[in-house]
Amino acid sequence: MYRSHVLVCHGTGCVASGSDGVIATFEAEIKKAGLEKEVGVVQTGCFGLCALGPIVVIFPEGSFYSAVKENDIAEIVNEHLLKGRVVERLLYQETVTDEGIKSLNDTGFYKKQMRIALRNCGVINPEIIDEYIGVDGYQALGKALTEMSPEDVIKVVLDSGLRGRGGGGFPTGRKWDLARRLVPDADQKYVCCNADEGDPGAFMDRSVLEGDPHVLIEAMAIAGYAIGANMGYVYIRAEYPIAVRRLEIALEQARNYGLLGKNIFDSGFDFDMEIRLGAGAFVCGEETALMTSIEGNRGEPNPRPPFPAEKGLWGKPTVLNNVETYANIPQIILKGADWFASVGTEKSKGTKVFALGGKVNNVGLVEVPMGTTLREVVFEIGGGIPGGKKFKAAQTGGPSGGCIPMSHVDIEIDFDNLVAIGSMMGSGGLIVMDEDNCMVDMAKFFLEFTVDESCGKCTPCRIGTRRLFELLEKITSGKGEMKDLDEMESLCMYIKDNSLCGLGQTAPNPVLSMYHHFKDEYIQHIKDKKCAAGVCTDLLTYKIIDEKCKRCTLCTKVCPVNAITGAVKEKHSIDPDKCIKCGVCVDKCKFGAIVKE
Amino acid sequence: MKSLAELKAIKDKMQGQVGVRSHGENETRVVVGMATCGIAAGARPVLQKLSALVQEKNIQGVQVTQTGCIGLCMHEPIVEVYGKDGEKTTYIGMTAEKAEVIVERHLIGGKPVIEYTVSGSGL
Repeated sequence: MYRSHVLVCHGTGCVASGSDGVIATFEAEIKKAGLEKEVGVVQTGCFGLCALGPIVVIFPEGSFYSAVKENDIAEIVNEHLLKGRVVERLLYQETVTDEGIKSLNDTGFYKKQMRIALRNCGVINPEIIDEYIGVDGYQALGKALTEMSPEDVIKVVLDSGLRGRGGGGFPTGRKWDLARRLVPDADQKYVCCNADEGDPGAFMDRSVLEGDPHVLIEAMAIAGYAIGANMGYVYIRAEYPIAVRRLEIALEQARNYGLLGKNIFDSGFDFDMEIRLGAGAFVCGEETALMTSIEGNRGEPNPRPPFPAEKGLWGKPTVLNNVETYANIPQIILKGADWFASVGTEKSKGTKVFALGGKVNNVGLVEVPMGTTLREVVFEIGGGIPGGKKFKAAQTGGPSGGCIPMSHVDIEIDFDNLVAIGSMMGSGGLIVMDEDNCMVDMAKFFLEFTVDESCGKCTPCRIGTRRLFELLEKITSGKGEMKDLDEMESLCMYIKDNSLCGLGQTAPNPVLSMYHHFKDEYIQHIKDKKCAAGVCTDLLTYKIIDEKCKRCTLCTKVCPVNAITGAVKEKHSIDPDKCIKCGVCVDKCKFGAIVKE
Repeated sequence: MKSLAELKAIKDKMQGQVGVRSHGENETRVVVGMATCGIAAGARPVLQKLSALVQEKNIQGVQVTQTGCIGLCMHEPIVEVYGKDGEKTTYIGMTAEKAEVIVERHLIGGKPVIEYTVSGSGL
C-alpha cells in the first residue's frame, strides 16, 4: 500500500523523449531514499501534453512535472517525496501562479477538455488489469451480460447518439442493430476493431490502446453480446509496438480472469479475441480492405453493398468500429444514454479526441466535447502558434479531409459543420498551419501521400491521383497555366465520383478545399510565379540586400555550391544559376542581409 | 470471472489504491508535517499508517498528503486535518497508534479527537 504514487507517462511520445530512463531513475532514487515501501512508480498511458514529455505526475498532491530529466529526479525524490516540498521550478509552469500552485484542470491545456475515451489514460497502469477494474473496469460488461438483453444494449448505444469516430460518423447503434437483425439465421458473426490508424500526424487510437487496452476488450465483448458474435479481431498496425504489446498483455489477463472465454459471468455468453497485425498500408483502414487483409489476402477494397453488417469477414455479418468509438461504449452502458447525449451538439454527441500537431505550441492529444470551436482548440488548449506567427488554416481528416481557414475559426467542431465547409471530422488528426505554410504545397503533400498509398485496384484512384499530383507539381514549379486550375477541379470531381473506395473518393478533398479557401495563392503561383509563404523553391530567388550586408564573407563560406561570390569589404552577390535555394546563407547571416522572395 | 461479486471484490480492493490518484475538489485533506523536524520525531510511520488506513478502508473524499515545517517543531509529529467546511484540526505528538484512532473517530466518525489536539493538550 503506497502513500504516494509517481505516475510516469509511458506512451510513445514520452518513451521517445526518455521516460524509460526516468522510470528507472525514479525507482533507483526512491530506493536510495529508503522510500520503496511508501512510494510506488506507475507507468501509465498518455497525458496528452506530448510536447512537454516526459510527463510525471505525483499523487496525492497531483503535482504535474513536465520535461523531466534524469538528473532532476534526485531532487524530486528528496524534496517532494520525502519532505513534501513540491519542486516548483520543475513543475509544468502553467500550473505555477503567484497565488500558489493551481490544479492541472485549471490550466489552458486541460480546462476545456473532457475525457471520456481517454478517461483512464494517464491514470492507471495499462498492464495491470486490477487497476482497470479499480476504476469501474468490466462493470459495464458485467451489467450488460447479467442485467440487459442484447436489444437493450443496442437501444442504449442508439439512444446515446454515438457516431463512428473513425471519420464517417455513422451511428454506432444502427450499425449494431443491422448486424444483429439483417441475417437472422447466420451461423457465425464477427466483431472487428479498426486500429489501423494511418493518417499522417494522427495518434488517438494508439494512445487509447497504449493507455487503456482493457477498455477495447470490454467494449468489443459488449458489441459481441449485442450482435450475437463470439469472436473478435483487432486489426492494428505493426508500427505500434507498445500498443500491440499492451493489448497482448491485456488479452492474456482478461482470459486468465475469465473475462474472455467461455460462459463469461455465468451468462452463457462466450467471447474471445485475436490481434491481426497490419503491414502499414493506408488502404487497410478502409473497412472492406481491412477485412480482406484479416482474411489473409492482399489488402484491397471491394465494392459496397453488400455492407459488412450483411456480408463482412469471411462472408459473415460483421461489425467494424474504430478504437475510439469502442472506448466510449463502457461509459455509455454504465452511465446511460442520457448522460452521453447531454454532451456535445444536437447531432454529434459526446466528445472527440484530436491529435493536435503542426504549428501549435501544445502538440499533443486532446479530448473536447463536440461543439468546441476551432479557436478554443488551437488558441486556448493548443496555446496558439509558436513564434508569434499568424494562424492560416487547420487540416482535419488528414489526407481525406480539408482545411479550415481563419474565416471559419469560430466553427463549432462536429461532424456536420465540418462537412458543410468542405472538410470532415476524420479520425481526429488536426494539423495547424501558419503563414509559413504554402497551401499549394500542403495540397501536394497530402496528395503525394494518397498517390503512394493508392492500392492500384481501380483506375480513377491509381492514375487520377497521379495526374492530379503532376498538375500540382507543375503549378509549384512555376510552369502552371490558368487552364490547369479548371482541369484540376474537373479531375478532382472525376476521381471522387468514380473511385472504388473511400481512399480515392476522398483523396481530392485537400486539393479542393485548399483551392476553394486559398484560390489567390494558386493564382499567384501561376500568374506571378511567386510563393508568398516562401516554400516552393522553384519560385524563389535569394538576394543579398547590399545596404544591410557587412561584407563579412560568412555566406560565401557556408554556401555548399559556392554560388556566393565576394571578398572582405567587397560587394557580395548570389549567382542564381548556381544557387540551389537551400537557405543555409539566410540562417547563417547575422545581419538579416539575405532574403528570399 | 463467474459473478459480479468476484469483480466487485477486486474493485473494492483496488479502488482505495487507485483513488490516491484522484484529485477532487472539496476533499478532506490530512496533512502530515514532513520537514526534517517531523521526520526526526517520527512522522514517517504516522504518514504511512494514515495513508494505508484510508486506502484499506476505502474512505472516500480524503486525501493524505505531506507538508513542510509547520513551526511547532517541539510538538512534531504534527498532523493537520482540513475539513470540507474549511475547519482545521491540529494534532500534535502523533504516533502510528494515535493515527489509527484519528482515522476511526475523526475521518470515519466525523468527530475530532480533542485529547490529541493542541487545545486539548492544554497548551
